[in-house]
Amino acid sequence: MAVQFSEEKLNKVKEIIARYPEGKQKSALIPVLHLAQESFGGWLSAETMDYVASLLQITSIEVYEVATFYSMYNLKPVGKYLFEVCQTGPCMLNGSDNIIAYIKEKLGIGNGETTPDGLFTLKTVECLGACGYAPMMQLGKFYKEHLTKEKVDQIIAECRAQAGN
Amino acid sequence: MGRKLLLDKAHIEGIRYYDVYRQNGGYAAAEKALKSMSPDQVTEEVKKSGLRGRGGAGFPTGLKWSFLAKPEGVPRYLVCNADESEPGTFKDRYLMEFLPHLLIEGLLISSYALGANRTYIYIRGEYAWIPDILEEAIRDAHKNGWLGKNIQGSGFDLDIYVQRGAGAYICGEETALIESLEGKRGNPRIKPPFPAVKGLWQCPTVVNNVETLAAVVPILNIGGDEYAKIGIGKSTGTKLISACGNINKPGVYEIDMTISVEEFIYSEEYCGGIPNGKRLKACIPGGSSVPILPANLLLKTAKGEQRMMTYESLNDGGFPTGSMMGSGGFIVLDEDQCVVRHTLSLARFYHHESCGQCSPCREGTGWMKRVLMNIENGKGKMSDIDLLWDIQRKIEGNTICPLGDAAAWPVAAAIRHFRDEFEWHVNNPEEAQRRNFGLAHYADPLPVVAAAAAV
Repeated sequence: MAVQFSEEKLNKVKEIIARYPEGKQKSALIPVLHLAQESFGGWLSAETMDYVASLLQITSIEVYEVATFYSMYNLKPVGKYLFEVCQTGPCMLNGSDNIIAYIKEKLGIGNGETTPDGLFTLKTVECLGACGYAPMMQLGKFYKEHLTKEKVDQIIAECRAQAGN
Repeated sequence: MGRKLLLDKAHIEGIRYYDVYRQNGGYAAAEKALKSMSPDQVTEEVKKSGLRGRGGAGFPTGLKWSFLAKPEGVPRYLVCNADESEPGTFKDRYLMEFLPHLLIEGLLISSYALGANRTYIYIRGEYAWIPDILEEAIRDAHKNGWLGKNIQGSGFDLDIYVQRGAGAYICGEETALIESLEGKRGNPRIKPPFPAVKGLWQCPTVVNNVETLAAVVPILNIGGDEYAKIGIGKSTGTKLISACGNINKPGVYEIDMTISVEEFIYSEEYCGGIPNGKRLKACIPGGSSVPILPANLLLKTAKGEQRMMTYESLNDGGFPTGSMMGSGGFIVLDEDQCVVRHTLSLARFYHHESCGQCSPCREGTGWMKRVLMNIENGKGKMSDIDLLWDIQRKIEGNTICPLGDAAAWPVAAAIRHFRDEFEWHVNNPEEAQRRNFGLAHYADPLPVVAAAAAV
């Protein structure tokens, strides 16, 4: 099987399963899917989901139905940097529309698209709980708040520098 | 300055860490509970405090705890609902990020009262950096004998685990949260049975919000009776309000529920007024699902009394003229904002977040979104406004969980209070498309607090 967690990650899976009572290992599904997405290129292929099913001793369909329900799982490849920009009420009141339009223009991509170099994907999302720090976006594990066009430029430049472009 | 019970130590440098928290009185409430009180006495103290669930529903916490079934040999669970996802609401994030030990201590006391030996914090997946903060706090609490076996020699055992969700607003609903914690789609369960009887893995379970559980610490510290003296009527204690939108000082504020809405918006201690000297048009005082109120009804009740920041006063008059405290997500709109556009953004949110289990919600939220898009884009008809009203009526009360109501209420309140703005959009399609919202006539004259500050 091409998809295989490292020894360290397998130990993490065991640690996650141990959080639940015996026989309730299905509860580990959501955290293990997070781990799988982080480990296998930022998205969940059918092969990855089948692998997770085998680890948790549940059926593949149980994994598919969960992976397709939650918005944080990517079911197709995404760029190295995923810009998830909040467009809900409070962010909209503070100009998220302009930020989204600027990112589209700057990167030359539409919503849900990835730049040809595979670096950036833009995704509009619904409320991320940062309404007092609007407009904002999620980038990986962290929030980027109080966005302006200048801040967006800076974030894009930092990502490019980090990727060595 | 109002009394602070949750954020009173938030300014102390390093309060996030065990040693600093402990040096500043941390875990004293847990010590008191474990060493000198029985679990029932703790529950009694919470009942006396009048604490109401801070997640939105406002149900009395002590009463909720007393419903927990206690069959022999069956484990009980406490689940901390940290799936904060309601637009306008970001208060729990603040507590978890800056005061994680306050939450751990609250969980310890509450678990002791409920007889739960295994407790889960279910946190929204997008708050991806916060589990690290919580897990560090849990490790330190373990190291110092506040978690694990025989805590502080009391004979009580407790382990706390953090579980990240994966992006679904519906998982803030307690039965959907339980389903998600069991590794399933977050589809709400039909009640009864209630979680207190059959919850997590079919065992008796209590689900409480982060702020609710954190509030148990000051209740034990000052006593339930003393806590109940703070506030007005049944709005006891303090409440965290997350304020956002068109205000000068967005952020998380602790209020003691004795101040007016006007003071909250205009005083320097809280929101600091509206930016650029603009006037107040409307506000959603309790998170996106509660009714929006135009400025005149927001600052004064329909009876002409000053509207206070209490559960009762915000609700005064019911939905026709009042709103709700909800989760305390306070969203302010200035005179330039378009209510139609804002309502569309909320309709889009609820459509996106509907789990799809109930037809009225699955179909109705999408239908409302499409009709609102047409009106906002200048393609609406006058009959669309009545259609919207009709759709929301058919969603409300006809779904398994309250998401249907949460989707219906913003639309209903927007039409109820701002119908002429919807009509303006229909009658002025070109101006609507140019985003020239035009109407500013809902803005009140400068309120008293702001006028006094300007002198």
